[in-house]
Amino acid sequence: MQSKPIALTILDIVSIIVLGIATYLAVVFAPTEAVMGDVQRVFYFHIGTAWVGLVGFVLSAAAGIAYLVTKDMKWDRFEVAAVEVSTMFFFITIVLGSIWARPAWNTWWTWDPRLTTAAVTELIYIAYFMLRQGIEDPDKRARFGAVYALLGGLSAPITFMVIRLFRTIHPVVIGNASAEAQGGFDMTADMRTAFFFALFAFTVIFIDMMWHRIRLGGLQEKVEQLKLNVSM
Amino acid sequence: METFPDTSGYMIAGHVIALITMGLYVLSVYLRNKNLNQDLETLQSLEAEQTKKK
Repeated sequence: MQSKPIALTILDIVSIIVLGIATYLAVVFAPTEAVMGDVQRVFYFHIGTAWVGLVGFVLSAAAGIAYLVTKDMKWDRFEVAAVEVSTMFFFITIVLGSIWARPAWNTWWTWDPRLTTAAVTELIYIAYFMLRQGIEDPDKRARFGAVYALLGGLSAPITFMVIRLFRTIHPVVIGNASAEAQGGFDMTADMRTAFFFALFAFTVIFIDMMWHRIRLGGLQEKVEQLKLNVSM
Repeated sequence: METFPDTSGYMIAGHVIALITMGLYVLSVYLRNKNLNQDLETLQSLEAEQTKKK
């Protein structure tokens, strides 16, 4: 059994604490938004998870490049971890957005440019795992994964920029919103505290989960190698 | 007194779903880790047996 580094145990504890604080700040500390009411509070987790989700997809693309250049399997493990953890966080982003949209836009879902690109991004990375599973040879799988992550990584900046480039009803937190944006609001000082702490908290949780997933990838590789040794 | 629209049900649902999703992911990593460690032990003992026979 692999021994867990003390730094990882500390990071686990810190992650639980910051998640608790972020939840408190979002649900209790931040003031209620006058037009939307309490549902606006999901915004803090929505942005926090979107931030780590999109950063993770870009990191997976960078890891893909690193693998293609070095052929070192550690970059493949990093890439898989980044895609898996980010897909989970981005799923939360989409669900929270949909929950917020119901009272704010009077619909669970609409094919707005932002929602569409977000859904496409999530589907691209779900497909990544389905396609990877179909390849037996580890080197071929890693090479395929690297190229896929590199191309898939383009969807992250597109998703981020789409509300700044096209007409959309999705509100813009940073930068100018489209004239059609519905549900936007000006943040008070307390809202900004909850907002920036959520970004910090989800970054810490993301690093923690990445570390665990990279270790899991190392263990998977070890087991695959042993299976080959035993069957020979 | 200021009154706000009652959308607290959506807020609770959102946070509960977010926390459950993260919890399930952590559980899945834990279970996969546990299963792989079991596989590793079995394979290591098999390998040791094979080495002895040789």
